[in-house]
Amino acid sequence: MSKEPADGNALLTGRFDRGSASGRGPAVSLERLVKRYGDIVAVDSLDLEIRSGECFGLLGPNGAGKTTTIEILIGLQEPTAGHVVVLGRKWGEDDRSLRSRIGVSLQETRFPERLTVAEVVTLFGSFYPRGRDVLSVLREAGLAEKADVWTSRLSGGQRQRLALACALVGNPELLILDEPTTGLDPQARLQFGDSILSHKDRGGTIVVSTHYMEEAQRLCDRVAIIDRGKAIAVGSPGELVASLDAHLVVEVELAAGDVEDGALRRVAGVSSVRRENGLLLVSVREAHVTVPALLDLFRTRSLSLAHLTLRQATLEDVYVALTGRRYSDG
Amino acid sequence: MASPLRQLVLARLRESLRHPETIFWTFVFPILLAVALGIAFRGERIDPVRAVVVDAPGAEEIARGLRADSTVRVEVLSRAEADRLLRTGRTAILVLPGDPLLYRYDPTRPDSRLARERVDRALQAAAGRTDPLRASDSLVTEPGARYIDFLVPGLLGMNLMGGGLWGIGWVIVEDRIRKLLKLQLATPMRKRDFLLAHVLARLLFVPLEVVPLLFLSWLAFGVSSSGSLLSLAAVATGGALSFAGLGTLLASRARTTATISGLINLATFPMIVVSGVFFSVSRFPGFLQPLFRALPLSALVDGLRGVMTDGAQLATLWPQFLVMGLWGTLCFVAALWLFRWT
Repeated sequence: MSKEPADGNALLTGRFDRGSASGRGPAVSLERLVKRYGDIVAVDSLDLEIRSGECFGLLGPNGAGKTTTIEILIGLQEPTAGHVVVLGRKWGEDDRSLRSRIGVSLQETRFPERLTVAEVVTLFGSFYPRGRDVLSVLREAGLAEKADVWTSRLSGGQRQRLALACALVGNPELLILDEPTTGLDPQARLQFGDSILSHKDRGGTIVVSTHYMEEAQRLCDRVAIIDRGKAIAVGSPGELVASLDAHLVVEVELAAGDVEDGALRRVAGVSSVRRENGLLLVSVREAHVTVPALLDLFRTRSLSLAHLTLRQATLEDVYVALTGRRYSDG
Repeated sequence: MASPLRQLVLARLRESLRHPETIFWTFVFPILLAVALGIAFRGERIDPVRAVVVDAPGAEEIARGLRADSTVRVEVLSRAEADRLLRTGRTAILVLPGDPLLYRYDPTRPDSRLARERVDRALQAAAGRTDPLRASDSLVTEPGARYIDFLVPGLLGMNLMGGGLWGIGWVIVEDRIRKLLKLQLATPMRKRDFLLAHVLARLLFVPLEVVPLLFLSWLAFGVSSSGSLLSLAAVATGGALSFAGLGTLLASRARTTATISGLINLATFPMIVVSGVFFSVSRFPGFLQPLFRALPLSALVDGLRGVMTDGAQLATLWPQFLVMGLWGTLCFVAALWLFRWT
């Protein structure tokens, strides 16, 4: 059934034949990628370089062009213009051999209802020349106990894990996951993230799209924030947050009354103010200066606080700072 | 790792056999249909025709004359009631007393035309006509010549058609809706293997679609094949391949299950009517017959009937194989060209 070495550990610790992770060229490079559907521009001159061995996040709201980019990456769509190089190859040269090096999960795929989890993964494994042992893949995806269960009996999270298992079973160098955690609760997203990362631990490269900012921040070595078909920022989550003028955020909820944004902006060290869900979000540079000053302002206005939190700025704050628009991940 | 083709075929078989509706449509439904039709047309006695004599002077005498004939069931009713029964098809003919007698019936109804002959014969006999020629009936209910013997090959053909179109067409469209086709396209899977797996899975289903129906019609009605079972298997396989091609073609573009079921019904219903499943194609006007005989279901049913009733040798069935082969090949080629994976 399997061509893998008998030693199961070799599987878990083994690296890919093509040299060490650091010595390889980029896993993916996109140059001035454009995709138009009639008048609609889905991808607008996108440049990206994804390094071998990293977990790279395509981050952005729904409709930003992430799925189109991924479908071009995996050769399911032709770009209108631009260059795509994946694992050193172009689509249209030897697609089958390129596909055998890539594992893919797409959004909203539903598997045949009356096949068991192990049967589906075995089927997908059979397509690949160097398929992995099904049980070890199921263990990695956290589905070992569901091996003999019909896919129709799986929960939403388990289905996403099955999609991941199908992407992993071909022993790919490059794992491409389109919104693998959409619709999962935060707990399930957390567990799912850990399963993905085991692929990186084996030296593989991951490209994952998500509209959950906190997930990208937690999982990805580097992210590209995609907005309206363009990459508006690329870098590690830390770098992107650090690039903000102010990388701390004070979240304030007033018990009663209100204060105008202008007054807040005039407080020393405040870089910007925005409002979300009844919260005042005040971006600040130095907490020790600005937080006491803010409290003074509220005191002089006789405003009482329901809640005040100081937190690190997140990728969401980066998105808002760059686009001037609120981020909605719905 | 096992071969992709084998895994794809296995997946198809598992999916089908684990769906109770497959079992119903493949095995139970054709058998129920055969039983129902076999009982309805068992043909062991001559069914009486219904005639109504309109109540008027002389009606009773006419009725008495008709009652003497066991093949006519007669009632005397008022004109209004009689008209109503004729209009609603519950009597085949009205007899209006008078001179001359008047037969009132719908000439497009075969049973009415039959009733007119029987009623007239009975009344002429009652009035004293004697037949110059003596004749008696010998009723044939020998296996091989009954309606059920005609019907079983038709049902087999219909079953193979349904299996091919629904079994391939519906499943491919479902996979497209589930985005499973798209996902498989992103793997190194060969498209050829995918389509071939559907065809092979269909071939493995042929014995399941043919054997139980054949066995039960033998058990219940004594239907048997005068030709060899091997020839029968060859014709059935030809039909299955032909409809596998048509099923793939119908599914090549459809993006919703409503579209594919519409297309399949559009393809199957006319064929069930004109391809000789329930009655012979020779009932249609001569100029239409070559057209209808060029349909894949006609070729399949003709072939099956040729083997089962006439004991035909395969070589003599080449026109049927040609028709099935052309349909299968052309549809498959067109399907490959049109096929929408995403």
